[in-house]
Amino acid sequence: MHALTVELLRKSYGAQEVVKGISFNVAAGECFGLLGPNGAGKTTTLRCCLGHVEPDSGAIRLSELEIPRDARAARARVGVVTQFDNLDVHFTVAENLVVYGRYFGLRERECRALVPRLLEFAGLTEKGDAKIETLSGGMKRRLMIARSLVNDPEVLFLDEPTTGLDPQARHLIWDRLKSFVAGGRTIVLTTHFMDEVQRLCDRVAIIDRGALVAIDSPAAMITREIESVVIEVHGASMPQWVERHGRPVAARIEIAGDTAFCYCRDPQPLLRTLDATRSLRAVQRDANLEDVFLKLTGRDLRD
Amino acid sequence: MIEPAVAAAPPRSTLAVCRTLSFPMRCLLVARRNYIVWRKLLLVALLGHLAEPLIWLACIGLGLGSLLPPIEDMSYLQFLTAGMLANSVMNTASAEAIYGASSRWKFRRVWEAILNAPMGPADIVTGEWLWAGTKGAVTGLVILLVMLPFGLIQSPLALFIVPVVLLAGLSFAGIAMVFTGLSPREDLYTYYFSLALLPLMSISGVFFPVGRLPEALQIVAHVLPLSHAVDLVRALSVGKVPASVLLHVTVLLVYATVSIVIAVAVISRRLTR
Repeated sequence: MHALTVELLRKSYGAQEVVKGISFNVAAGECFGLLGPNGAGKTTTLRCCLGHVEPDSGAIRLSELEIPRDARAARARVGVVTQFDNLDVHFTVAENLVVYGRYFGLRERECRALVPRLLEFAGLTEKGDAKIETLSGGMKRRLMIARSLVNDPEVLFLDEPTTGLDPQARHLIWDRLKSFVAGGRTIVLTTHFMDEVQRLCDRVAIIDRGALVAIDSPAAMITREIESVVIEVHGASMPQWVERHGRPVAARIEIAGDTAFCYCRDPQPLLRTLDATRSLRAVQRDANLEDVFLKLTGRDLRD
Repeated sequence: MIEPAVAAAPPRSTLAVCRTLSFPMRCLLVARRNYIVWRKLLLVALLGHLAEPLIWLACIGLGLGSLLPPIEDMSYLQFLTAGMLANSVMNTASAEAIYGASSRWKFRRVWEAILNAPMGPADIVTGEWLWAGTKGAVTGLVILLVMLPFGLIQSPLALFIVPVVLLAGLSFAGIAMVFTGLSPREDLYTYYFSLALLPLMSISGVFFPVGRLPEALQIVAHVLPLSHAVDLVRALSVGKVPASVLLHVTVLLVYATVSIVIAVAVISRRLTR
């Protein structure tokens, strides 16, 4: 069963086509990541899935309902955490949950009954009467997540849920999201953080310039798309070394600024040439999702 | 800081039964959110509603008015207070539909949050309109209460001022919502008050009868809604059935309904881009 299916989604703004025929499915109980550079079409895709934007063409089904035709009914079954906090600053923490629950057709006392459990889930039990401006960034994000759960959603959409948070806050949010999926429910998230994808996502889609360029589990994507080892080389004589010694033995070399990223399956030949070149410094590491991302979407700045 | 221990699993609720809400109910929930915030700051809000009209009344009604002969068989203070009441309804409803609504739309992102619930743009715009119109009416009613002890309300007919200010509030709120929807930038909002509402106040019979204006301006005044609200309130405050009451009510009704339909269309388009 699919929680979300997107088929050949297209959307243009004026002459610019920002989503160019994207298709993917998200299984129920899965955590699915959408990765892509700024302006790749992630947020537009999410807005189409929620029925906020009408696509030019394509078909979307969310929680077994047709979007945008039944978008309001579908939103009754999903939760949304937007990229920027939009908590109601005129209300306390608990009031934010109660007022929001009413939009889902819950009664006042039903909303009040939910508050203690939602606050406990978000680690905000002591903060029910606190004003929003007294909360830290991490607390606000957790309250955003708690608020998105007032309707007991089947699917949770999160647009860059941990951008701007410190490591402690990010880990706590990852823990909460994992427990949400462990309960059999579905997450669709966008992010720029590869470690977030590797920790959370069962599958990930990489989107670039409005098109889907890869879709798989993070581990399978790394194995398929890229060599297993990366050696980062930098130093004054790097350019000469790359042409004379690097290129013949590395599978692929990318140069960004003063660093050469040498991708290879067997690092030994490359390491031997480096030993002979004293003026260079080198770091060896396993290839990761960020390397895949940069290979597929390029190293150029997008905005 | 040390984070408190957190629950192992999210709360699967047995209570959270989402119900499908009707369109009027959804609009009322949007208005209700604004009402709850307003209620929290009630005293400050009422002071804000009252300060400006009361200062005008004291200065012009009592001060300048003491030098003036009666107008249309009533004291100048009586004449001005009725006009000021209608004008305050207009100002409050407009300010709420422009500054209040756009703050919730663009600055506080309250609308963005509501749209992610099973709510739509039409629910939000209509709810904001209901709220802004009601807030305008409340200002009018508070002024009405202030008029009572001064003997400026002379008949139970004045009770009909209640539906009149509600209708007037919704007319001005609707027109202002259209402006909010069309305005590309926030810094243009101030012009709505200085270039539209202030001239409108000066030609709509608030300070002197419309009949004193050149004929062309009289026509303008009668095409626009404020003079109709002023005439209704003024007649009712002295216990008269307003002349051409049907015309006045019809004009306000047309402004209210046409403007909210346009506002929903204009703002919905911007919200679903």
